[in-house]
Amino acid sequence: MSNRARYACGSIDHALSRRRFLGASGLLGASGLLGGVASLPSKVAGAIPKNDYRIVVFNMHGGLSQLESWDPKPSTNTGGPFRAIATSVPGIHISELLPKTAKQMHRLCLLRGVNTAEDDHGKGAYMMLTGRRQTPAAEYPQVGSVAAKMLHDDQTGLPGHIIITPGGGGGRGNEAAYLGPKFNSIHLGGDKPPQNSSKPDAIAQEAEDRRHLLRRKINEQYLSQRRSAITDAYTHSYEQALKLMERREVFDVSKEPQAAQDKYGNSELGRQCLVARRLLENGVSFVQITHSNYDTHNDNFNFHIEQVGEFDLAYATFIEDLAERGMLEKTLVVVLSEFGRTPNINLYYGRDHWSKAWSVAMAGAKVVPGAAFGQTNKEGTEVIDGQVDHGDIFHTILRGVGVDSSQSLIVDGRELPIADPAAEPIWKVLV
Amino acid sequence: MIELDVTKSHVLHQWKADSPLIACRFSPTGDHCVSTSQDNRLQRWNIADGQKVVLEGHESWVHALTFNKTGDQLVSGGCEGRLIWWSILEAQPKAIRTVEAHAGWIRGVEISPDGAMLVSVGNDQVIRLWKADTGEKLHEWPAHDRHIYSAAFHPDGQHLLTGDLLGKICVWKLSDRTLVRTLDAATLYSPNKGQNAEFGGVRSLAISPNGNEIYAAGTHKGSNPFGAVHEPLLLRFTWADGALTKSHVCDGIPGGLLYRTVALNDATVTAVSGGSSGGILLFFNATQEKEFHRAGLPSLARDMDIHAAKGLVATAHFDQHLRISALFA
Repeated sequence: MSNRARYACGSIDHALSRRRFLGASGLLGASGLLGGVASLPSKVAGAIPKNDYRIVVFNMHGGLSQLESWDPKPSTNTGGPFRAIATSVPGIHISELLPKTAKQMHRLCLLRGVNTAEDDHGKGAYMMLTGRRQTPAAEYPQVGSVAAKMLHDDQTGLPGHIIITPGGGGGRGNEAAYLGPKFNSIHLGGDKPPQNSSKPDAIAQEAEDRRHLLRRKINEQYLSQRRSAITDAYTHSYEQALKLMERREVFDVSKEPQAAQDKYGNSELGRQCLVARRLLENGVSFVQITHSNYDTHNDNFNFHIEQVGEFDLAYATFIEDLAERGMLEKTLVVVLSEFGRTPNINLYYGRDHWSKAWSVAMAGAKVVPGAAFGQTNKEGTEVIDGQVDHGDIFHTILRGVGVDSSQSLIVDGRELPIADPAAEPIWKVLV
Repeated sequence: MIELDVTKSHVLHQWKADSPLIACRFSPTGDHCVSTSQDNRLQRWNIADGQKVVLEGHESWVHALTFNKTGDQLVSGGCEGRLIWWSILEAQPKAIRTVEAHAGWIRGVEISPDGAMLVSVGNDQVIRLWKADTGEKLHEWPAHDRHIYSAAFHPDGQHLLTGDLLGKICVWKLSDRTLVRTLDAATLYSPNKGQNAEFGGVRSLAISPNGNEIYAAGTHKGSNPFGAVHEPLLLRFTWADGALTKSHVCDGIPGGLLYRTVALNDATVTAVSGGSSGGILLFFNATQEKEFHRAGLPSLARDMDIHAAKGLVATAHFDQHLRISALFA
């Protein structure tokens, strides 16, 4: 599939590296944090109306156990040592590892009948984030890129697609496929602001302004004759970086009152959630938080005590905080993984990969609150009611924020459905 | 008197339960062994003929077991935080006392040398002392910063040892519950930054019968904790000064974790390794860094107990079997 736009020159033959593009003037400026232009933007037919909805995805990296979270099976052969506890919604029980989340159940919607039939980490993650199976024939944009395109207002001065991940950050992801690099993610490392997002002290503001003036002048001269998709992407990256530098304080959780910081807990995840809330407040359309790691083939129960315990405080506080601020009505919060974990407990108290019957949690926006949709059998080995897959969930996420998931984008004259036409929204969980 | 020869160890009996086993303990007489299983049940096995009686009362798995000194009562500690006293010698044992003792998992229950006190520890990081015959709570104190994995009374009857996830071993003076010293067993803590995994811990504590040596068991080299790649490790400390005198390592067990260690006598300490390398009994002495004998078990083991007077080892296995091995020819 072509992912090239049609611009004045009618081709991308003039494409060249960013460094080469700017090398003549010796300018690199602030765009260091926005490197990695991986594909070309496409022209999309028709204006897409924006709305003020937001999406937050908690990516439970490695595969959260549904039995130690949303779909416990206590006192069964597969149940493990944890009990189920009552929640704020009568009749819905979740794992005792989520006591604080249980008090937010009236705001959540559980999908307990997820069957994605894919037990590979990479493929499962791709499916859950794009709503499609990976094929050699096509690359599909991840939900964050779609959200950035459909929901984000560039006037915020912040990127529309941010991924917060443990450890190192900086740079851009490569999730936008045919939507173009503008909609790739900016990566934040842990709870830190983007790398290289502050002006070095050695560079005076006046000098910095002169540098950018010169850069823009050269760019304009170049673009007047040789504008292409890739040059637009370069220009956008630089200008976005500059805007982001001006708004760097948005990423700084120390600006929050101490009480708010305490409430989220003294964990990296807690601080990431607080950053996410600040980003949402400032207009970022999509934030993905990676909580790692749940790939517990060994000692599953000890690891889940630690991991889910940390998640419970941060997540429940996040949901409550959004609700109290009136933001949950416009923010869809999704908790997903690449798959769940086996009901069978292996030799070393571990659980392995299991995609045939697992769970996803949603909250907010247009999703029905206080509900559990779908059901697995007594031992959690298969779905017996309300089965859904990655495609259905992708549709539902988009519908949940007011995007018509049946629409298509026109790219290079080709009609590309935003979501897999073979799937459909889970209407029963949408208001 | 049985002449022990651990190099001649062999399986005498194997009896099957209905679910993978978790823990096991001999009664003081050695006439019975009690196991626990993943179906939240306990099994009392008659060593003479393998007759099984099932006990129900816990709502979760049971990792912690101890008999009272007279052997007529068993105390079990469950992952739901509950202690249950059982009339274990009755034809059908009954729960004679149930105490909601801890918030979260109970990982260790031990009886004091004089039989008067019971200690329980677990994930709430609190040590609780109980009157063994009545279940009355005597004392409790927050003791560790992380989950407490194990506890052991010193044979002098004056001290208690507890070990946690981070490899910190605390020595407590029982009379006033003051911390006498800490022992550094941090090599048993194998965090893995790449996996964001907290792993390891002092899985088991034991003390030589003469009270001179402390043993702490677990794992190290957790290069891939999620994939069960970690090796068994037994640390040996001197009671007198808390010095680490030996780190007992084992060759060729890339997937091993010592679930329990028990002092067979003053010269020999035993440990059981489970994990991806299978079930292995290991025997160590004070002079050799590595084990002087190992005995492979038919299936992965998760717990072990020794009845030294009878020369028997009980092992609880994932394949649902309780195995009784002889430590003699």
